[in-house]
Amino acid sequence: MKLYLTTNNRASAVAISDIPVVDYAELYADLRDRMCNTRYHVGHYFATEIENGLKFYMLLLDDTTGEVLITSFIPDYYAEGLASLTALHPQFHPFEREMHELYGIPFDHHPWLKPLRFPHNRRDKSSTMDSYPFYTIEGDELHEVNVGPIHAGIIEPGAFRFICDGEQVLHLEIALGYQHRGVEEEMLRSQNRLRQTLIAESIAGDTAVGHATAYAEIIEKFTDTNIAEELKLERMIAIELERIAMHLADTGALATDIGFQLYQVACEALRTVTINTSQAWCGNRFGKSMIRPMGTNHPLTAEKVAMIRKNIADVRRRYNEVREDICEAHTLLTRFEQCGLVPKAEMERIGGVGMAARSSGHMRDIRATHPWGFYAEKIHHEPVMKGEGDVMARLATRMDEILQSADYIESALATYTPSGTLPAPNYEAPLKGEALAFSLIEGWRGEICHVALTAANGDIAKYKIKDPSIHNWLGLAIAVRSEGISDFPINNKSFNLSYCGHDL
Amino acid sequence: MLFGKVKILRSHGWQYIPDLDGVTLTEEFRGFPRLTDTEDKSDIERAAKICPTGAITTSPLTLDMGKCLFCGECQRCAPRNIHFTNEHRLAATRREDLIVTAGQDAPKFDTSAIRPEIAKYFGKALQLREVTAGGDCSVEMELNATGNVNFDFGRFGVGFTASPRHSDGLVLTGPISANMAEALDICYNSIAEPKILVICGSEAISGGLYAESPAVDRTFIDKYHVDLWLPGAPTHPLCFIDGITRLRTKHKTKK
Repeated sequence: MKLYLTTNNRASAVAISDIPVVDYAELYADLRDRMCNTRYHVGHYFATEIENGLKFYMLLLDDTTGEVLITSFIPDYYAEGLASLTALHPQFHPFEREMHELYGIPFDHHPWLKPLRFPHNRRDKSSTMDSYPFYTIEGDELHEVNVGPIHAGIIEPGAFRFICDGEQVLHLEIALGYQHRGVEEEMLRSQNRLRQTLIAESIAGDTAVGHATAYAEIIEKFTDTNIAEELKLERMIAIELERIAMHLADTGALATDIGFQLYQVACEALRTVTINTSQAWCGNRFGKSMIRPMGTNHPLTAEKVAMIRKNIADVRRRYNEVREDICEAHTLLTRFEQCGLVPKAEMERIGGVGMAARSSGHMRDIRATHPWGFYAEKIHHEPVMKGEGDVMARLATRMDEILQSADYIESALATYTPSGTLPAPNYEAPLKGEALAFSLIEGWRGEICHVALTAANGDIAKYKIKDPSIHNWLGLAIAVRSEGISDFPINNKSFNLSYCGHDL
Repeated sequence: MLFGKVKILRSHGWQYIPDLDGVTLTEEFRGFPRLTDTEDKSDIERAAKICPTGAITTSPLTLDMGKCLFCGECQRCAPRNIHFTNEHRLAATRREDLIVTAGQDAPKFDTSAIRPEIAKYFGKALQLREVTAGGDCSVEMELNATGNVNFDFGRFGVGFTASPRHSDGLVLTGPISANMAEALDICYNSIAEPKILVICGSEAISGGLYAESPAVDRTFIDKYHVDLWLPGAPTHPLCFIDGITRLRTKHKTKK
């Protein structure tokens, strides 16, 4: 029996009736072996309400062929339970935890079946933020340090519980959910697509362009729209600008945490130039309003192209000076090298994605493996890879990616003359009914995956969002093991994961 | 090595903006909306219908900046009626002053609503504790930016501090997620009197896109006195700087 429907990140929406409905035991047997091969990883895995129960959907990504495998199953979960995939492959842990929390599905032998984000519609209302079951270790010489939910700086809330032996961290557990706003349910409150676009922009404000692109792609797949080449180019510019801005912010933040003021202020100034470039393009420093389904409200003009080229060339030159100096700064290297190691094998096991995975030598980059838009047609993307898996590697990946993104922008704009014919956004086009569409986008943190299901009348009936943070939070917890607790801040900044993107 | 650092310093030069009040933002920036009412309401009705947060009323024509996410789509529906200017000084001391009416040519900032002790105690130094409750991190990054090398709000004695015990007030961002409501309340009550409360960002002011979400609990807003409302999605650093500056300046009472 055929287990999967095979499609890819450029194909249009698929009819739900074309997705095989399989036997869970068969799927489980297949995944047991298949997922041992690192060419596969889970893109999304969720349950949705149907008449008299739940239907499960799973998306697997094949990084070698660029294929996406989709399957579904309708198990008798309360009677039989479901054998946990996490027990075999830890990368499934957030997805199974989410379904357990929402629907009470017992996943047999799940090693870590803890609450994920305390959503308002969780099944067990007696489980609250205050009753998170933190892991504990008995011992006279151990102590616990609790940090959060409110942190020292201006950042989002989350609770960190360290178990320490002296200053050494034995274990870190991260309890999230404080930022939960009900994003996925609010997506369905109304079918107003402008509202849905703005919700996508607010999933994680620092990835507004990434998530808005993922939403726009979903709509374009449901409507079978092949957007203009120019629009693909402009979306590439937008997302690479966002990548540069956030990598600059994190270079500066890492410098701040070791008291290296020169790099801090240099990167602050460079980030200002970059986000002001977005502001001069679309009126918003975070690129909100830049990406809209099926068109744009802010097409580039010849003047704006020149402005972006000038600013990016300036940022590139000045950042490169900072980068060269960082590579020689022994006081910085002492702190960052060999600190917060996440070995490649560990990154593979937990299903790490994006730049954090690439810093550990684990190749995960949607731009290369499942390219969309401009990346599919005009760029042969060579991901930046580092092997060390420490804080320095994560900084080095950022440093190289800034230059790479600047190159992409420069070479795309060097020969670009906007025709002025890009259409305005379309919020009304009818969507294909009874269909499933997904989009995969490489945001600056990593792999963003949105999946939507439509009802017979074309209304969006289910919307699932995956921010790369959901994979990588466990990476941070692993990175700080056996490090001094005072090195937590630089480890945290080296990942810079999203709380709101995780909590939704 | 030293040469590298000198090179960085030379490349960057002076970065701070000497006159923060004299800045005019790019024409593209969407700030204060100017409204013009017309007999023909069809455009306004389309704009009100598409507005994702219901910020627009049609008769009379008003736009609530506390709900507005400044996406600019209404201006495209009703170009004769709604025009976003690049005016970034959007602060208000009363919630109702954020509702813009037709013909209004500048944001309302009612100095009579400011408690006189604010200028007295916080005129020279003001340390704030920021709490995020469901915010999307963009307003938070803009608040961080107020202290950066360009805006350098610290030169006027305003900064952010870690402990609520050390702070003179609270800056709230985000629509107030229910999971964060208790921590927010505890934090606010840990700040000694006198203190100020600043609500930053349209999502915090009205709940924004999440106003009706069951995962949000907005009782905090109703419980305490708010001194300053700062709209925006996110609030621009200069909007925050301008609002705080005017809040802590001694205003002459009109006779």
